[in-house]
Amino acid sequence: MQQQAQAAAEESVAKIHVGAAVREVGMKVIFAIAAVIFVAAVLVICIYLFARAIPGVSEIGWINFFFGEDWALGMDLFGIGTLIVGTCLSTVGALVVGVPIGLLTAVFMAFYCPRWLYKFLKPLTNILAGIPSIVYGYFGLKVVIPLVRNAFGGAGFNLITSSLVLGVMILPTIISITENSLRAVPKSYYEGSLALGATKERAIFRTMFPAASSGVMTAIILGVGRAIGETAAITLLCGNIAQFPTSLTDPFVTLASAISSGMGYSSGLRLEALVGCAAVLFVFVLIITVLIMLLKKKAR
Amino acid sequence: MKFDLFKKKNAAAPQEAPAAEAEAAPADAFAKSGIKVESAGHAFKTARTGTEHAAVGADGEEKPVKFKVNELNLYYGKFWALKNIGMEIREKEITAFIGPSGCGKSTFLKTLNRMNDLIPDCKITGEVLIDGVDLYGKVDINTLRKRVGMVFQKPNPFPMSVYDNIAYGPRTHGIRKKAELDEIVERSLRQAAIWDELKDRLKKSALGLSGGQQQRLCIARTLAVEPEVVLMDEPTSALDPISTSKIEELAQDLKKDYTIVIVTHNMQQAARISDKTAFFLLGDLIEYGKTDDVFNRPADKRTEDYITGRFG
Amino acid sequence: MAKELVLREGEVDVSQIVPINRQRVSDKFHAYCKKPGSFTMLILILLATAITLGAVLWILLYTAIQGFANFRFELFAWEHTSSNVSMMPALINTLTIAFFSLIMAGVVGIFAAIFMVEYAKSTNVFVKIVRIAAETLAGIPSIVYGIFGMIFFVRMLGWGNTLLGGAITMAMMIMPLIMRTTEEALKAVPDSFREGSFALGAGKLRTIFRIILPAAVPGIISGIILGLGRVVGETMALVYTAGATLDPAYPSGLMQSGSTLTVYLYALINEGNDFLGEAWAVATVLIILTVIINGLAEFIGNKLKKEY
Repeated sequence: MQQQAQAAAEESVAKIHVGAAVREVGMKVIFAIAAVIFVAAVLVICIYLFARAIPGVSEIGWINFFFGEDWALGMDLFGIGTLIVGTCLSTVGALVVGVPIGLLTAVFMAFYCPRWLYKFLKPLTNILAGIPSIVYGYFGLKVVIPLVRNAFGGAGFNLITSSLVLGVMILPTIISITENSLRAVPKSYYEGSLALGATKERAIFRTMFPAASSGVMTAIILGVGRAIGETAAITLLCGNIAQFPTSLTDPFVTLASAISSGMGYSSGLRLEALVGCAAVLFVFVLIITVLIMLLKKKAR
Repeated sequence: MKFDLFKKKNAAAPQEAPAAEAEAAPADAFAKSGIKVESAGHAFKTARTGTEHAAVGADGEEKPVKFKVNELNLYYGKFWALKNIGMEIREKEITAFIGPSGCGKSTFLKTLNRMNDLIPDCKITGEVLIDGVDLYGKVDINTLRKRVGMVFQKPNPFPMSVYDNIAYGPRTHGIRKKAELDEIVERSLRQAAIWDELKDRLKKSALGLSGGQQQRLCIARTLAVEPEVVLMDEPTSALDPISTSKIEELAQDLKKDYTIVIVTHNMQQAARISDKTAFFLLGDLIEYGKTDDVFNRPADKRTEDYITGRFG
Repeated sequence: MAKELVLREGEVDVSQIVPINRQRVSDKFHAYCKKPGSFTMLILILLATAITLGAVLWILLYTAIQGFANFRFELFAWEHTSSNVSMMPALINTLTIAFFSLIMAGVVGIFAAIFMVEYAKSTNVFVKIVRIAAETLAGIPSIVYGIFGMIFFVRMLGWGNTLLGGAITMAMMIMPLIMRTTEEALKAVPDSFREGSFALGAGKLRTIFRIILPAAVPGIISGIILGLGRVVGETMALVYTAGATLDPAYPSGLMQSGSTLTVYLYALINEGNDFLGEAWAVATVLIILTVIINGLAEFIGNKLKKEY
């Protein structure tokens, strides 16, 4: 009797162990599946974009597509040369405005900002990051465009407007990442530099900044990523005319804004051309992702 | 001969010293007159009278005074970290500060090149004179820190090449010519007795060096701006015994040309290398005198307790 | 005991003290005069900060002023009519899409983060691939998500414009954000918690759900709130998936189309000059939501910091 009871007890213990082990393994598999979903999502996006884009672009002709200067969906003209140039110009414009202001503001926040002001400034930059881009677009449309129109003439739908608005939009990204990487630099570098008789500014720009360079580069590249793909605001501000702008006051169009304003025509080859634009944007983003990962590796 | 002259001046009127010193460093913004009067006022504002510790040796052969500190008080927020410190630090000697952790010795060291200014809640009263000129008066902080260099507890080479580390200071102070910089780099590394080890890797990152090499590099970097004083804040506490003895030898060599003030945790180190020793306890300067006297004939019971290892 | 006494003894009233180590503005100015380069940099730093601050305040205040000038309670009326373009349906659509996308992204993001932190070794190839995938997803512009959602959910699956399609697209967008914040929160849980639990004989699963996740909750919630912010602010990924229309009746189910607040603002702007005032009001509501969401995320994030 006693032996039987003991055996039964042992068996139940074993069962609990088996049950627990199954649960442990089962949940591990579920967690792993969640991780797999990330990879699957990227693959699905990749496959569907390229499966639609590649046949379409082949039909249009690769050279016609990438180097064609005429983009008019209504007339079946599918050259994205002007779109790529427009994207690059608006990105550069955003960087010209956003990078210097962003880096210097980050320096202020990391080294100069009194505590009471920081409590106020930091949430404000977070809010700047959170404002929906369509609100930036509307603000640009109703406030910045009239100003630019008065100051520079023309219609106001141009690189100056888009650079100002996009520049402000990328500010929070640049500020927060630069500030964090500046704060991550050992304070001993700063003290060492001051102890040699350097001014505060020299210590910051000659010692702290070079030491934080990979973080600063990451900040700029993330800013590029945001500027390249920005749609809602740019569509309202660029004028949507597919041409090579010859001056800062000419309207232009970017890949993203061309997609958004062309969606009304979205069927057949026209849709495939738009998907092609999206695929090009996707490739840009892949390049940026790889660059950032390399920088992170270097930082370690 | 020159010493006698200084000694007399010091004995008679220490305030006169800058006139003589100004000849040695004529280009300095410090040696402006009309500063002392204003700052002397501060010294008298403190109600308590500081105890004066003048380290006069038995033989009377004293070197000129580099720093003169009167009734120095320092507060971190509400905490009274240094209490009525008064002392003279003499030129071309090694002065060691000893005492248990938190006794204020590092804090005091940092008042000598105003690194405490970086701490927001730090308040200082009293008077600190360098060559007779008020260090907290209308001085240019950057020039002051060039004159009074500092070596930190943890080696802190910048993340750049050995060469650029050494050239950082001279470049900061306006030296741009390659040939001149080359010469400074070699001279500083030689002075820090590390030239032979590093001459082939000047372009390599300084972060790849060993801890001891990094610390000697930092000393070389400090020497490259041609300071008059080198402050060392526990320079060997992060190093192994061999590196430590190299740094100690180096300090002995350097005192020919520089005034050295060293904070150390290690009493043997103070006994081995210093000429004068100051013992701090809880923000008070308990005893200051010739190292030999402090260690062998301490005047204060607390000093004796500390050096015999009864506490600390 | 003794040390505490000494510290109290050392405390003094410093209010009457006139320190000698304060640099007056004039001293600093004289020092800067000798270093024109440093002075220039200082001016530039202050200028840049002023521009940043000015830009934020300008956008916030201008929008708020315009919004409140055009504010009417009817804008929140339950019924949306062509004469009164109420934003109520759009607001509710926003919440609907946010709710479903956060549930999907929350489960996937949190589980994936658990896998990455608690199970996988960081040298694992699979982990590297997942990380690259997450970085890529985080970087894809919203218009590309929009196009993908359109060709996949709307066209290929034949759903048409649906809230569900919009919610899944948004979930893909915010998954990486939730994974990253959860990972950080999990890593912040001290290893001693894990060891303590294992030492009591608890299994890994029990340790994760009973010990680690509860400790990481504030960080995870602040990540989810940031995700909410992304959904509320998103326009282009939803225009072509959930649909953009100016007369949003209440959708009767997830398989109906409906525009969120941002998409609704987009539609109002594209309508020309008829609804400019209403557009400012919607923009103001969006900004207020942004401020609230940011405040919440920060509040909860700070709570996390205080715990350890």
